Amino acid sequence: MKERYSQRKLVDAAVRGLCLLATGAALIPLGLVLYYVTSRGIGGLDWAFFTELPKPVGEAGGGMANALLGTLELVGLACLFGIPPGVLAGVYLAEFGQHRFAKLVRFSADVMSGVPSITIGIFVYTLIVLRTKSFSAYAGGVALAVLMLPTVTRTTEELLRLVPESLREAALGLGVPKWRATLSVVLRTAAPGIATGIMLAIARVAGETAPLLFTAFNNAFWPTGLAQPTASLPVQIYTYAVSPYDDWHQKAWAAALVLIGMVLILNVAARVLVRHRVRSR
Amino acid sequence: MALLGAEVNAGDVLFRGVAALFAITIVLVLGAMAIQMWVAARPSIAHSGWRFIVGRDWDPVRDSFGALPFIYGTLVSSLLALGIAVPISLGVAVFLTELAPPWLRSPVSFLVELLAAVPSVIYGLWGIFALAPFLRNHLEPFLGKTLGFLPLFQGPHQGFGMLAGGIILAIMITPTISSVSREVLRAVPDSLREGALALGSTRWEALRHTILPYARSGIVGAIILGLGRALGETMAITMVIGNRTDISVSLFAPGYTMASVIANEFTEATGDVYLGALAEIGLLLFAVTLILNVVARLLVWRVGRAPEGARG
Repeated sequence: MKERYSQRKLVDAAVRGLCLLATGAALIPLGLVLYYVTSRGIGGLDWAFFTELPKPVGEAGGGMANALLGTLELVGLACLFGIPPGVLAGVYLAEFGQHRFAKLVRFSADVMSGVPSITIGIFVYTLIVLRTKSFSAYAGGVALAVLMLPTVTRTTEELLRLVPESLREAALGLGVPKWRATLSVVLRTAAPGIATGIMLAIARVAGETAPLLFTAFNNAFWPTGLAQPTASLPVQIYTYAVSPYDDWHQKAWAAALVLIGMVLILNVAARVLVRHRVRSR
Repeated sequence: MALLGAEVNAGDVLFRGVAALFAITIVLVLGAMAIQMWVAARPSIAHSGWRFIVGRDWDPVRDSFGALPFIYGTLVSSLLALGIAVPISLGVAVFLTELAPPWLRSPVSFLVELLAAVPSVIYGLWGIFALAPFLRNHLEPFLGKTLGFLPLFQGPHQGFGMLAGGIILAIMITPTISSVSREVLRAVPDSLREGALALGSTRWEALRHTILPYARSGIVGAIILGLGRALGETMAITMVIGNRTDISVSLFAPGYTMASVIANEFTEATGDVYLGALAEIGLLLFAVTLILNVVARLLVWRVGRAPEGARG
């Protein structure tokens, strides 16, 4: 009997060890990627990288200023097209969403978040690029907005549901109409949390490449308008990474460092915000 | 109604209407996606018919479109990714819910989530310059020497190929599977856990005989969600899989995936049939991921609303 017990304990310990090992194994790639991007990218970051246009093949120097600007443009457009509808749809689901229709919306949002980003690229291509006959920042922005939409909607809904019912009742009890109660009491209470969710959604779309390949496309020059093909950091990284030139590889690593820096800052900031809020409650 | 004092506020009606409008938008966008893709794919469906799915010859110049190499590459790389990622992700989920001391849980789960935050193109860049050379010089020779009797591990060591693709995908879907399984494990009532432990189970026995059976359908759901991500993943795998339309049993050989061929050829596609063929691949991906997502969500949802008697 005693022997069996020690055998059981042994199995238990082995499983615990394996779980610990698995966690370590899952985190190794993260460490490796961060290490490679930092050590190879840091050398390529100089003033020119942030201020100059890319040089043609064979010429040294140049930078990625247009791609940086392009990424800001595209993400800005995505926010413009994606956040207001997402938040309002979330408000609908949380405040009025008790019917079958709301179930359908919720379900569509969940399903949409699983749609491969490359197919969203095809969708926006047929919807916008084919009709306007041009790759454009608009098309890229719409593609990223479609990617953001389900996340923003579901986050907003979840956070609005956390707002205590008593707050709603208090506002309504003071004679405020429901729309004002929702906007200036409920939504306001949940705003920091929603902002956090939006930051995470932005971090995600800022690094998306696939949906931009045939919507925003690429451009070697300064953006001159939103109806023009527009360069972006992820697409530029891809183009440079698969090219045969060492100089371009170096630039790809540097751009990757900038991109991953942006994404990490957004993620860490979102996390700090959440923790701060939890503590102050 | 108005007479009875239920005054209708015009602002309320407007507000509700606007919110409902945007809610409808989500459904409409999803519907529009399906319709647009189908319309775009129609020339190819008319041109190739069933040959599209079973044909192995992809030659746009001769208008011959057989997508089997892409379907094969997508399936093999995704299944390989699941083979690697599922045990690791479940280990992570169990570690985070059942074993880790509370102070360690949130930093570790944050790090695992960061894995999902790293952009796909950066995994691809790392794959080209770090993972593929490592596979070519170390892992593939090693596997060839020890397991070379299996056809899976034969052939020249190139670095770029199915194995590289599967590993990259595994890294990328680990956070998905582990975070959903973690939620599922957390939804298992504590009373079950406590009951099993009070009867003298070790942690492992409680897990094996009580917690996992309860969470099984949710964990299957998590794995299906991971599969859905792996099937649709584009950039990283395009950069490491080698992009060749051969069907080879060896994991060392280069392959091609459905998402990769869209990424590589879509902007160069001339003619309705060629463009339609790529759109049809997109449509297939869309349909498959849609079905997987529906099934997965239903499974995960079932654990959340288990019978009342089982609740604590």
